[in-house]
Amino acid sequence: MSADPAADSATGRAGGQALDRATHHAISAAGSSLSAAAAPVSGPVLDIRDLSIVYRTPAGDVRAVDDVNLTLGVGEVVGLAGESGSGKSTLAYGACRLLRAPALVTNGSVTYRGRRVSRPADILKMRPDELRRLRWREIAIVFQSAMNALNPVLNVRDQLLDVIHAHLKMPRDEAHSRAASLLDLVGIPRSRLRSYPHELSGGMRQRVMIAMALATDPEIIIMDEPTTALDVVVQRDILAQIVELKDRLGFSILFITHDLSLLLELADRIAVMYAGRFVEIATSDEVHREAAHPYTRGLLNSFPSLRGPRRDLAGIPGSPPDLRNPPPGCPFVPRCGYARPECQDVDMQLLPVATSRDPHHVTACPFVLPDTPAAPAPSVAAGSPAGELDP
Amino acid sequence: MSEQTLTSAAAARGPLAMEAVSLSKDFRIGRGHTLHAVRDVSFNLYRGAVVALVGESGSGKSTAARLLAGQERPTSGTIRLDGQQVEVSSRRDFRRYKSEVQLVFQDPFSSLNPIHTVHYHLERPVKLHQGRDVDVDVEVMSLLEQVRLTPAKQFLPKYPHELSGGQRQRVAFARALAARPSVLLADEPVSMLDVSIRLEMLSLLDDLRKRFSLAMLYITHDIASARYFADEILVMYAGEIVERGPAEEITQLPAHPYTQLLVASAPDPDNLGSVLRGGSRRQGPAAASGRPQALDRAAAEGCPFSPRCPFADDQCRREDPALMPISDSRGAACWHLDLAAPELASGLRGGGDTKTR
Repeated sequence: MSADPAADSATGRAGGQALDRATHHAISAAGSSLSAAAAPVSGPVLDIRDLSIVYRTPAGDVRAVDDVNLTLGVGEVVGLAGESGSGKSTLAYGACRLLRAPALVTNGSVTYRGRRVSRPADILKMRPDELRRLRWREIAIVFQSAMNALNPVLNVRDQLLDVIHAHLKMPRDEAHSRAASLLDLVGIPRSRLRSYPHELSGGMRQRVMIAMALATDPEIIIMDEPTTALDVVVQRDILAQIVELKDRLGFSILFITHDLSLLLELADRIAVMYAGRFVEIATSDEVHREAAHPYTRGLLNSFPSLRGPRRDLAGIPGSPPDLRNPPPGCPFVPRCGYARPECQDVDMQLLPVATSRDPHHVTACPFVLPDTPAAPAPSVAAGSPAGELDP
Repeated sequence: MSEQTLTSAAAARGPLAMEAVSLSKDFRIGRGHTLHAVRDVSFNLYRGAVVALVGESGSGKSTAARLLAGQERPTSGTIRLDGQQVEVSSRRDFRRYKSEVQLVFQDPFSSLNPIHTVHYHLERPVKLHQGRDVDVDVEVMSLLEQVRLTPAKQFLPKYPHELSGGQRQRVAFARALAARPSVLLADEPVSMLDVSIRLEMLSLLDDLRKRFSLAMLYITHDIASARYFADEILVMYAGEIVERGPAEEITQLPAHPYTQLLVASAPDPDNLGSVLRGGSRRQGPAAASGRPQALDRAAAEGCPFSPRCPFADDQCRREDPALMPISDSRGAACWHLDLAAPELASGLRGGGDTKTR
C-alpha cells in the first residue's frame, strides 16, 4: 500500500475528491476481487419500498415499521429522526436483514445499487452467501454504544484485522498496514493500535468503530446514534470528521438520531419517524424553516438554543402510542396541539406540502401547513400507560 | 481568594444552603501517579436556585458532585451545610447527611435495581429517612404524584424494565425526594433521555425546585440547557473552575477560551452550512482547538487548557491563572482575557494572581 488517503487532507475539497476517491479505491482493490471495475450507477444506492416490520408477541403484533418508503442517494446524508421506540433503528436494521425473531419483515423491498455489484438486487431476497458479501463490504454500521460494540479482550489492531480478514482477501502484512492507515484516517495515533478498548476514551472508541466501518470501503454507512454518549466538543469533532471522510471517500450515510438539531446541521434530507411511520420528509433547510408536521415542530421546539433570544420551549408531552393497537387515524393525536376530530380519519399518506417550493417536501398531516400558527401543547400525563412499549 | 469576592448569581433566590470551600480531590492511579480530579473548587448553593456545573467528560464535575454527596472524602477543603462544617465519621452521621443532600444519577437504566418494584424503591428511603409516624403508602403515592407518574397506583408494582427511560428517571427523582432533602445534586439527569422529553424533565425539576425550595446543583455537558435551567453557570476544565457567572451572560458572551469552545460546539440549527455541512470552518478560537490528540490530556503545568488554547503563550504554559473578576458576579481564569474577550476585558479589575498547586 503506497498511497495514504489521510496524507491528502490538504487537498482542496472539490478538486481533490475524485483523486482521493481513486486513491482509496486503489487501496481496496489491491486485495479484493470484489472491487473490480466500478459499474456506472443510476438512481439511489438504497431504495426502501413499502417496508413493514412487526415484532411477534403473545399479546399481538407490534407494528414497528409500517409501510415506509425511503431512498438514499449516492453521497447523500439522510437523517432518520424520532424518539426511542419510533422504529428508526428497526427500519435500518430490518433493511439490512439484521433483525432476528420475533422481528419479522412482512412486506416490501430494499433495492441496493452499488458500484461494485453488477445489477440492482433486493436485499430482502438475497441468499445467505450474497448477504454475507453485502454486509460490511457494501453496508457497514456504526453502532450506538462503542463501549459494548468493541470486543474488550481484543486490541484495536486485532479488531480491525478481524474485519479486514473477514471481508477482504488480503495478505497479512498488507492487512496490517491497512489497519494502521485506517487509524490515520480517523485521527488516532498509530501507537494506539495495541491499545485495548478500556484504555481508550469514549470518543476514541467511537472513532475506532468508524475506522472499522471504513475498513472495507463500503458504499453505505448506517450510523445509529454514533455520538449520543459523547459530550458536545467530542461530538462535533467526530461529526466534522465523518463529513470530511464522506466527502473524500464518497459513501452515503443513513444517520439515526433522536436529536433533530444535529441533523439540521449534518443531513441533506431528514425523514421524521413517529410510531413506525414517516410523518415528514424534507431537506434540512425546509425542516428548519418550514416544518409542517406538528411532531416535527415539537421536536424542533425541544432543544434549548444557545443563540438568539430565549424562546418558550415546549417539548412534546406524553409518550408514543402502543403499537400493538395503534389508534385509528393519526397516531400523534393524543400529544398534538393541533388535534381536531377529523384526525381520526387521516390515513397517514405522505403528500406534498402545497406551499413548499420543494416538490419533495412531504407531510402526513393534511391540516397543518408551514404557515399555520403555533398551537399550545396539550396537557398529557407523563406516565400515561400508552408509553409502556415493549422493546 | 479572589473568587470569594464574587457574588453568586444564584444568591438572590434564597438563603445559603451549602458551601464548598477550596475542595480538592486527588486519586492515586498507581506507580506514583496522581490524578487531580478536582482542584481548589469553591462555590455556594442557595435554596430555590440552580447552579450548573458544565464541562466535558473527565473534567471532574461528577467527582465534585460525589464530594458534595459524601460519597467521596475530599483530599482537602471543607463542605458546609447550613453553616455547619460537614463531618461524616459514622454511619448515623452519613444517614443524617443523606436526608439533607441527595444525588440523582445520570443513567436511570442502571441506578434502579432491576429486581425490585417501584414501590420497593420508594418505600425504603421513606422508612429510612422519615421515621415511623409516617404512613409509608400514602407518602409513596404522593411522591409518585409529585414526579407526575400518574395514576400512581398503576406504577407501584412495576419493575424498572417495564418503564420507559423518562419514567425511570422520574422514579429516581421521587427516590431522591423521599428523604425530603434541602439540596439536590443532579448528575446529568437528562442526558440519557430522548431530546423530546428532556425539556419536560427539566421543567419537572424546576417545578420541584420551586415547590420544595431545593438548592440544586445541575451537572451537564450541555451548556444550552444550563442557559435555560440554571441561575449561575460554573465551567469546569481539568478539575478547575475556569469561568463562572450568570447563566445568560456566560452563554451569550463567553469569556474563557474553553467556554467559547463549548458554546461553539453546541449544535446550532441557525447556522446551516457550518463545519458539518462541508462549508468553511468556523472562524475564531473554536476552529483552532479541540483536535483529538489534545483531547484526553490537560497540561501538567500552567493553565490546564493551554495545549488546546489558541491564545496560549509561555506565561500560560508556566503559570496557572486564578479566577479574575470581570464583574461583581462573574470571573474567568485566563491570562489573556483581553485577547479572548476584548468586549469584557474593559471591566477587568487589575491583574489576577497565580494559583498555587
